Amino acid sequence: MSAVEEVVTEAPAVEAVPKRAMTLGLGTSLVVLGALVLAPLFVKNFIIFQMTMLLIYGLAVLALNILTGGSGQFSLGQSAFYAVGAYTSAILMEHAGMNYALTLPIAGLICFAFGFAFGQPALRLSGIYLALATFALAVAMPQLLKLHFVEHWTGGVQGLVVTKPDAPFGLPMGQDMWLYYFTLVITIGIYIASVNLLRSRSGRAFMAIRDNEIAASAMGVDVALYKTLAFGVSAGITGVAGGLGAIAVQFVAPDSYTITLAISLFLGMVVGGVGWLPGSIVGAAFIIFVPNIAESISKGLSGAVFGVLLFIVIFLVPHGARQIAIVAQQVLSKFKK
Amino acid sequence: MTSMLNVKDLRAYYGQVQALHGLSFALNEGSLTTLLGANGAGKTTTLRAICNMVRSTGAIEFEGKPLSGQSTENVVRLGIAHVPQGRGTFTTLTVEENLQLGAITRNDRKNIVSDIERMYDHFPVLKERHTQQAGTLSGGEQQMLAVARALMLRPRLMLLDEPSFGLAPLIVRDLFKILGKINREDKVTILVVEQNAQLALELADQAYVIETGRIVMSGNAKDIATNEDVRKSYLGY
Amino acid sequence: MELFTNQVLAGIATGAIYACMALAVVMIYQAIDHLNFAQGEMAMFSTFISWQLMQWGIAYWWAFLLTLVISFVGGIVIERLLFKPLAKAPVLTNVAGFIALFAVVNSVAGLIWDFTIKQYPTPFGSSPFLGSQLISTHQAGMIGVTLLLLVALYVFFQFTRIGLAMRAAASLPESARLVGINTSWMIALGWGMASAIGAIAGILIAPVVFLEPNMMGGVLIYGFAAAVLGGLTSPLGAVLGGFLVGIFENLAGTYIPGVGNELKLPIALALIITVLVVKPAGLLGRPIVKRV
Repeated sequence: MSAVEEVVTEAPAVEAVPKRAMTLGLGTSLVVLGALVLAPLFVKNFIIFQMTMLLIYGLAVLALNILTGGSGQFSLGQSAFYAVGAYTSAILMEHAGMNYALTLPIAGLICFAFGFAFGQPALRLSGIYLALATFALAVAMPQLLKLHFVEHWTGGVQGLVVTKPDAPFGLPMGQDMWLYYFTLVITIGIYIASVNLLRSRSGRAFMAIRDNEIAASAMGVDVALYKTLAFGVSAGITGVAGGLGAIAVQFVAPDSYTITLAISLFLGMVVGGVGWLPGSIVGAAFIIFVPNIAESISKGLSGAVFGVLLFIVIFLVPHGARQIAIVAQQVLSKFKK
Repeated sequence: MTSMLNVKDLRAYYGQVQALHGLSFALNEGSLTTLLGANGAGKTTTLRAICNMVRSTGAIEFEGKPLSGQSTENVVRLGIAHVPQGRGTFTTLTVEENLQLGAITRNDRKNIVSDIERMYDHFPVLKERHTQQAGTLSGGEQQMLAVARALMLRPRLMLLDEPSFGLAPLIVRDLFKILGKINREDKVTILVVEQNAQLALELADQAYVIETGRIVMSGNAKDIATNEDVRKSYLGY
Repeated sequence: MELFTNQVLAGIATGAIYACMALAVVMIYQAIDHLNFAQGEMAMFSTFISWQLMQWGIAYWWAFLLTLVISFVGGIVIERLLFKPLAKAPVLTNVAGFIALFAVVNSVAGLIWDFTIKQYPTPFGSSPFLGSQLISTHQAGMIGVTLLLLVALYVFFQFTRIGLAMRAAASLPESARLVGINTSWMIALGWGMASAIGAIAGILIAPVVFLEPNMMGGVLIYGFAAAVLGGLTSPLGAVLGGFLVGIFENLAGTYIPGVGNELKLPIALALIITVLVVKPAGLLGRPIVKRV
C-alpha cells in the first residue's frame, strides 16, 4: 500500500506584525526613559526592588518576543534558559568569586550556546509540537538542577545564596537603587540592540521565516541557521535576565524556575502584544503585579484572575497592549485636530 | 419546465476582493447545465457561493427556498451535492467509508446498502477496491469515488467542479458518459463547471459562459458550441 | 531476570495511568489539532466532582457515571463558550487559551476544595493482584478499564455512523461539511468525549496519587509523552505509548546508573523530544505533509 498522507496548509503560527509597528516613536521612547530614570528617586526601597524585577522580567519577555514575534517559533520553556542564566551567575559569584557584572555576559553566552543547541532538534518542530518540546524542557529543568552529581555546584534543593553588590566608586546610593540603575542600563542596551537586530538583515530573515517558512527557504534564507540563531539570541537574553534576577533576589533555587515562570513569561508576551517589543514591559508588569493584587484579595485566587484576564485579552484585545497603544494614538491624534 | 435553482445578482467576496459581480442564472429541473470560463473567471466561486462557502450577497433559491444564511451542511441536507475541486476525498478512510459518508445525513439504512451496490454497478473499479484507503486510488478513480459519494446523498441537484481536471482524456469521456446517464436515469439536475469546454458542451443541454465574475453568454449548449465567435473569444478552441 | 520481569510489570501498571491520559489527549488532538494543556486540570476537576458526589452519599458507581455525564457536558460547554470562537485564531492564541483554562480550573478547584491532599477510594481494592507484590488489584483494574475503554472507542469510531462522521470531520473538515456533517458540533463532541475520558483517567489515578488540585501536573506530561510516542492520531498508539512509557521509565530507573527516581521525569521529557525529532508521527500515527 502506498503511503497515504494528509496534506495540510497550516496557518502561520502568529499573525504578521508590520516591521515599523514593532517599536515606539522617538518622543514616546524619551518620555518612558525619563520616567524609568526618575521614578526610583521618589519611592521606597521595596518598590525599587519591584521595578528592578519589572525590568528583568521585561527583558525575559522581550527575549521571547524576539523568538515568537520575530521568527514565529514558540517557547513554553523560557524558564529553563532563565534558570541556566541565574545559576551561571550565582555559581560564578559564589564559587569562583567573580564580579557580578562579569558573570552576566558569561551567563548570556552559555545560554546562547544552550539555546542554539536546543534549537537544533527544535528545527524539525513547529507550532504545537515545539510548544510541547519546550514545555518538556521547562518541566525537566528544576529536576535537573536538583541532580545528585551537580549538587556540589548548585546547592541541590537548598539552592545558593547570592551576595547583593554595593554601589561602586563610592556612589551615594543604596544597593537596591544601584542595582536598579545597573539593570536599567543593561535593559536599554539590550532593547536597542534587539530593535536593531530585527531591523537588520537577520531580522528580515526571521520575519520571512515567521510568515512563510517554505517561501523563505525558496528565497534563499538559510532557515535552519536563522531559526536556531533566533533560539540562541532569545536564550542568551533570557540568560542575562536570569543572571540579573539571581543578583536582585539574592537567591537561586530549583523551584524558583518551574514551568509557572515559563508560562508567566509566555503570558507576558501575549498580554504585551506578540512582536511589539515595548509591550514586553507592559507584559512584565502584568505578570508581576496581577498575582500580587489577586493574592491580596484571596489566597489561591491568582490563578483564576490570571486565567480570566488572559481570556479577556484573547477575546477583546488579541494584539495585547500594542492594540491599546494604537487605539490611544488614534484618539490622541483626533484630539490634536 | 420549472426552474429548480434560481440565482439572482450574486456577488461574492474573498476578503476585500470581489470575485463575482452580480451573476444571475437559473437551472431547469432535470437539466444538465455547464458553466464555462477561463481560469479565474469565477466558476468555482459560483459553486462555492451556492453552498455558502464564501461570503456572498444576492438571492439564491433552491426549489423556492432561499439558501442565503444557511450553513453549508444545511444546504447539503436540502439535496444539493457538491463535488469540490480536487475531489475532496477522505484519503485516510476506506473507499466504502467514503461512500457511507455521502449518505451520512440519510436515515434509511436499508436503501443506503442498496445504493452502495448501485454505485459499484456504475463504477466497478470502486467495488474492487472497497476496503482500500481512498488515498491509494488513482486520480480518475478518486474522481469516480467523489461522484459516487455525492450521489449517495440521493441529491436533487449535483454541482461538479472541474471533474475532468488532471484526468486522462479517455477517463474523462467515461466519466462524462456516466454523468449523462445519471442525469437521464436518476433525474438528477446537474451543474458542471468545466475548462474543457468542448466536451462539456457535447454533454450539456444548457450553457453559461462567465468572464471575470459576470455572465457574458448563455443559451442552448449546441448553439454555443457552433457559434464561431463565442468559441474563439471565450472558449479558446 | 526476575528483577527485569518485575520492573516491566510495574511499568505496565503505571503505564495504564499514562495510557488513559494519552487517550484523552489524542481525542482532543483528533478533533481540533491542538494539544490541550488544560486536559489534566479538567480531569482533576472531574475527579473532585466525583469525590464531592460521594461525600454527599452517592454510591461509587453512580457517582462515577454521573461524573462522566457532567464532564461530557462540561467539555462541550467549554468548547462552545471559549474555544469555538478561537477556531480560526493562530496557534499561539489557542495555546494561550489552554493555559488560561489551566490556570482558572486549577485555581477554582483550590478555592472550592482547598489544596490539602485527600484520600480517594478504589472499587478494585488494593490487595496484591494474583499474589504479585508489584501489581495491586487496583492497578490491574486500571489496566482492564483502559483496555476496555480502548475497545469501546475502537467500536465507536469504526462501526457507528457518528464515529465515522467524527473521523471525516477531523480528517477533512471542508469535505465533511459537503456531505452534510455539522463539523462544528463534531468538535464539541470530541471535547465532550475527551473530557469524559479524562474524568475516567482522573478517577483511576486518584487512589494512587491522592486527590489534590496539582495531582495531574506530572501525569499529563507522561500522557503527552505517551501520546506523542504512540502517534497523536492513533488511540491504539496512545495506549501502547502509555504502557511503553511506563515500562521505559521503570527500566531506566532500575538499570541506567545515576537515573534513579529523581531523573524519571526528565527521561520522559527526553523521550518526547527524541520521538518528536526522530519520528514525529509516532509509532502508529499518520505522517502529515505540509503545503505552502
